[in-house]
Amino acid sequence: MYSEKVMDHFTNPRNVGEIENASGVGTVGNAKCGDIMRIYLDIDENQIIKDCKFKTFGCGAAVATSSMATEMVKGKSVEEALKLTNVAVMEALDGLPPVKVHCSLLAEEAVHAALWDYAQKNNIVIEGLEPPKADISEEEIDE
Amino acid sequence: MDKKLIYLDNAATTAILPEVLDKMMPYLTEYYGNPSSVYGLAGVSKEAIDKSRKTIADFIGAKENEIYFTAGGSESDNWAIKSAALAKKAKGKHIITTKIEHHAVLHTCEFLEKNGYEVSYIDVDEDGVVKLDELKKAIRPDTILISVMFANNEIGTIQPIKEIGQIAKENGILFHTDAVQAFGHLRINVDELNIDMLSASGHKFHGPKGTGIMYIRNSVKLEPLIHGGAQERKRRAGTHNVPGIVGMGAAIELADKNLEANAEKEIAIRDHLIERVMKEIPHVKLNGHKTNRLPNNANFSFSFIEGESMLMMLDAKGICCSSGSACTSGSLDPSHVLLAIGLPHEIAHGSLRVSMSEETTMEDIDYLVDNLKAIVERLRSMSPLYDDFVKKNS
Repeated sequence: MYSEKVMDHFTNPRNVGEIENASGVGTVGNAKCGDIMRIYLDIDENQIIKDCKFKTFGCGAAVATSSMATEMVKGKSVEEALKLTNVAVMEALDGLPPVKVHCSLLAEEAVHAALWDYAQKNNIVIEGLEPPKADISEEEIDE
Repeated sequence: MDKKLIYLDNAATTAILPEVLDKMMPYLTEYYGNPSSVYGLAGVSKEAIDKSRKTIADFIGAKENEIYFTAGGSESDNWAIKSAALAKKAKGKHIITTKIEHHAVLHTCEFLEKNGYEVSYIDVDEDGVVKLDELKKAIRPDTILISVMFANNEIGTIQPIKEIGQIAKENGILFHTDAVQAFGHLRINVDELNIDMLSASGHKFHGPKGTGIMYIRNSVKLEPLIHGGAQERKRRAGTHNVPGIVGMGAAIELADKNLEANAEKEIAIRDHLIERVMKEIPHVKLNGHKTNRLPNNANFSFSFIEGESMLMMLDAKGICCSSGSACTSGSLDPSHVLLAIGLPHEIAHGSLRVSMSEETTMEDIDYLVDNLKAIVERLRSMSPLYDDFVKKNS
């Protein structure tokens, strides 16, 4: 059901992990629906994304879109990263099954949420950036 | 495919056994006659059907004329529920079932609800056992049918069928059981258990797909679901699936002969699996009743990870299992069964069902657990939920 690229990014996801003292962290999704993505950005003084990492709870497509999204924003400027769309992520993965399109939306939102966090922390305004839509549910995860 | 394949999804479907296929082959080739015809060629097919019918009737303590051949478990469920609803509508329009039924039952009930019937969906306890006191309380003067599955397809819990049958009988209510997962795996006697109607499916016990069984007690008069020719004593039209029916009969012959031995072997393997997983993997829950469950079923929930990812990683190791996560159910909600036993959504998303066969070995299970440990650990290392959990507890 998945393209070879999706399988590749699921099997060997790029940029898994976290960045300590990240410039921006964005978490989107909802454990209730089965997908949570967290993206970490390391942004330098010229507003270039030097590094990007992710952690994801979710299906194969959620992992693959997170992996691809981090690849696509790494080395980009903040403005360029803001232009990343879910369609671009999907195209880079050679498509997703229709029921998995929401995973690519989540990846786009996770990048935006991390950028928003960066902007908030540094008191800057990034034109065109809106506050994150999807808030992680506050429900406790108990055993 | 030369890759190692360990098939642990026998609740989804089973392989046709070689002996079963051998018995089917003549009816896929030389004996192609329509059993409803008069000439000699047709007679061979008719005899073969009669033989299967007797094997299956004997297996559940029924009479031959109480066994009807259908195209599968879903058809049998639809037939039982819709036709019982029609037959008894003068008495009332209330049906009792449970929250953990297969969709073939639940969606049929929902269809009836849209057509003027009322349905009570009974709760189960945390082990997935139907709450009998609730069931009794739900009975009303206009209750016409109780439908409770014999054993659950996801979590394997076996229901108190005898007690439910007794309750139905005492109250003059028809009792149907969807025995798709139990048939061929557990001993069933329709008289001892007070069953009026029973559904089964051939491909769940090493028979062919597209074959099903419906048992209807002779005292119960049901209209057909499929109208047409005079087959199955005018109650189920359509040319008989002769090779399929022969295959089902052959599969039941084997299941009957080996039932106790298979169950004993499967239980040993199942309990070994449960013991290893519970001991060696942290933050895991066993779903379903610990002991009163299908011999070949184990179901776990692993916290902080999602089922489809687990299945894909297992598949990469040649292991076939299934999950009740939303991604595998094709909706945003995880399995209704896991929610009914009280699992929170996020835990239900991380479920894994392992369903063995008599061919499964201890080595297969050890290979599964060894890989599963690594996979769960890997997925947790990627999970923000696990991160949050570790940070909160450090």
